[in-house]
Amino acid sequence: MNTKVTIAGVEFKNPVTTASGTFGSGMEYSEFVDLSKLGAVTTKGVASTPWPGNPTPRVCEVYGGMLNAIGLQNPGIDVFCERDIPFLKNYDTKIIVNVCGKTVEEYVAVVEKLADQPVDMLEINVSCPNVKEGAIAFGQDAKALENITKEIKKAAKQPVVMKLSPNVTRIADMAKAAEAAGADAISLINTITGMKIDIERRKFVLANKTGGMSGPAIKPVAVRMVYEAAHAVNIPIIGMGGIATYEDAIEFILAGATMVAVGAYNFVNPNATVEVVDGIEDYMKRHGIEDINSIRGAVE
Amino acid sequence: MKKYEMGKVREIKSLAPGIFDMKVECTLSEYALPGQFAMLYPKSASTLLPRPISICEVEKGALRFVFRVAGKGTKEFSGYSAGDEIRVMGPIGNGYPLDAAKGRKAVLLGGGIGVPPILELARQLSEKESDVTVIPGYRDSNMFLKEDFEKYAKTLVATEDGSFGTKGNVMDAIRENGIKPDVIYACGPMPMLKAIKKYAEENGIEAYISLEERMACGVGACLGCVVKTKEPDHHSHVNNTRICTEGPVFEAREVEI
Repeated sequence: MNTKVTIAGVEFKNPVTTASGTFGSGMEYSEFVDLSKLGAVTTKGVASTPWPGNPTPRVCEVYGGMLNAIGLQNPGIDVFCERDIPFLKNYDTKIIVNVCGKTVEEYVAVVEKLADQPVDMLEINVSCPNVKEGAIAFGQDAKALENITKEIKKAAKQPVVMKLSPNVTRIADMAKAAEAAGADAISLINTITGMKIDIERRKFVLANKTGGMSGPAIKPVAVRMVYEAAHAVNIPIIGMGGIATYEDAIEFILAGATMVAVGAYNFVNPNATVEVVDGIEDYMKRHGIEDINSIRGAVE
Repeated sequence: MKKYEMGKVREIKSLAPGIFDMKVECTLSEYALPGQFAMLYPKSASTLLPRPISICEVEKGALRFVFRVAGKGTKEFSGYSAGDEIRVMGPIGNGYPLDAAKGRKAVLLGGGIGVPPILELARQLSEKESDVTVIPGYRDSNMFLKEDFEKYAKTLVATEDGSFGTKGNVMDAIRENGIKPDVIYACGPMPMLKAIKKYAEENGIEAYISLEERMACGVGACLGCVVKTKEPDHHSHVNNTRICTEGPVFEAREVEI
């Protein structure tokens, strides 16, 4: 039975990774999860300098999900290279580093610092809904996305995954723009912009007013978008959005995803990633599937 | 070390309107410390996130949680019966530093639903130190855990409506009783903690305050529950620190509240 998948020449032992921002740098969950069992760990977004993030409250629960407006708090690329990469190298898993910035130059600065680091892939966050400057501006305009993808591809030594926003009119257009600019893969969906109001106090629950929605309730939207993107481009897709169980992961694979990521559900079940890995294997046995790659996009 | 496991409700009862006392059998009890908390996971599919609940007392084989019904999750917990399963993760956070009370006059302040976490602290401090005073503050005469505190330490009470003890808050009780603490341990609503921070700074005394914030993961991954710090934090490298991991207890001077 083969669970290995390959994206841009990088081979992953299984198709399961973590959604950026929900798993820290892996360290935080290593008490619960044997990181070596995961296809890859995708780390929390890192910028060229430390970012303080947004005021609190930054998170709240909504029906079947949650909103967050962390604002990409991160310690900066230097600390990340000194502390987080060496930690992850203790495990037999691939490392996907999520990169954020406010300008093209800031993204490129991080990508250049990572050039000689032992990381396997870069995921470029052009879709965070919680940062005013840059970030999502690149992810909601096909031309801007194409431009930043080209600039990053010029500087990057590792394969580049562009992480797409669902907050667009046509996801297929954004996927095509990333592909045309040379992206090695795309990942989707980032969170869906939402809002929650405290009716007793007549105030926004989040200090940022809006936040990105994640959790099981967004899964149908994510599956549909992965399906549409898969039919628009030929580059591989990392699918995510509301994955809680192996059934959810298989849905994304059938919709066309090469890999899948567990996000907010890590907060609900710290073992969720490993349970998805095991569940996929059981599903393959049960259905006599020899190779996980054989069911990609196999929905009829 | 944190554990994620299925616990079992040993006992549950109401202590006051909207306040519940639930003992949960779990192995976390073997090493939980005063001031730590646990994540309790509601079962309803309409909820997603676990609820951070402070540890009120550590018993043999069980943790005692005293919580207020504040939303869907705690409402669900309040309807549990003995024998029901409940998933728990923890113990989480640093807890109160017991050594700071060594040979000194320790005053423990709790306000509202911030009262429960100082009970285990009162118990453990009273076993080591003789000079422990506890002041729980309540809204009215619906007091909870008062008898529990009286077992361990000198207990004064403040009520906002003046129906028992000092009329006002815990700081009013300190002034009314002429108490001069060497070290303060506190948990309660933000206005109370701000007043304690100010009092401690003006009088040059140590104060360990337990903070709360909306939380998602409880393990330091999501960065949802941060508080501003005076100095850059060693982990985040910015002036923000994680309440769930570096806290929830901070020396009042370290945090900007």
